[in-house]
Amino acid sequence: MPKPAEVKLPSDREVRVTRTFNAPRQLVWDAHTQPELMRKWLGYDGWDMPVCDMDVRIGGKYRWQWKNREDGTQFGFFGTFTEVSAPSRLAHEEYFDPGDVGGDMPVGDPCIVSVELSEQNGITTLVCNMTFASKEAREGAVSTGMTDGMEHSYTRLDDLIAR
Amino acid sequence: MQNSARLDLTFAALADPTRRAILARLATGEASVQELAEPFDMSQPAISKHLKVLERAGLISVDIVAQRRPRRLEPKRLEEAVNWIERYREIFEQNYQRLDALLDELKGKRAKSKRKK
Repeated sequence: MPKPAEVKLPSDREVRVTRTFNAPRQLVWDAHTQPELMRKWLGYDGWDMPVCDMDVRIGGKYRWQWKNREDGTQFGFFGTFTEVSAPSRLAHEEYFDPGDVGGDMPVGDPCIVSVELSEQNGITTLVCNMTFASKEAREGAVSTGMTDGMEHSYTRLDDLIAR
Repeated sequence: MQNSARLDLTFAALADPTRRAILARLATGEASVQELAEPFDMSQPAISKHLKVLERAGLISVDIVAQRRPRRLEPKRLEEAVNWIERYREIFEQNYQRLDALLDELKGKRAKSKRKK
């Protein structure tokens, strides 16, 4: 099994996540750019992804939206691709759409997200770098309602295990 | 209060070694101002000042009902302060474990179609 994701803070406004995958780079790229594949992994427990529009080219737009299976609340992200070089590098400017979930993530300024893929011996290393508009935005990003929702589903899971 | 402002207060409170030592002491159980002042060789007003900072940051609370007004640790805030990075990791890791499963599936499909050729 791959090592768990590693999170680093290269600067005040950045978060860098590194993770390896036991698969060729092209497949990891496909899973990051093709909606029918993205829907299978990108998201949160208990949330469906009814909207996943991807126009993968420089200047192309994307829109992701999740819907809670229980209460129907929605939120999402949207943005524009700034770098597309298959199958190694993808970058986009990402805006948060709080929908009816809300949270502390600021809405106005984009987060610059880049995904870099490199392959060695069939193992792909992914480095996802996020540069937020401010230090506050970086911290707010993990305190949206959706992560609270996630914690609830963890708690439910813990309950089940405890029984 | 905004989450980030709250975190700033927490980190500022944690930046002082005496205050961290007070928290470590309170982690073993509640204590009055007098009890806290003893091991630190500090005057009660000096300790009180530190306690106020910790209180404002939400790291400790005061039991105003008991006569000796013991201070106690509020572990939730401390967890919140150290946990936001961990939450990032969790969110990504959850996604990436699903991606692992998908990639295995895709690799299987690819191997099958190759065999057909």
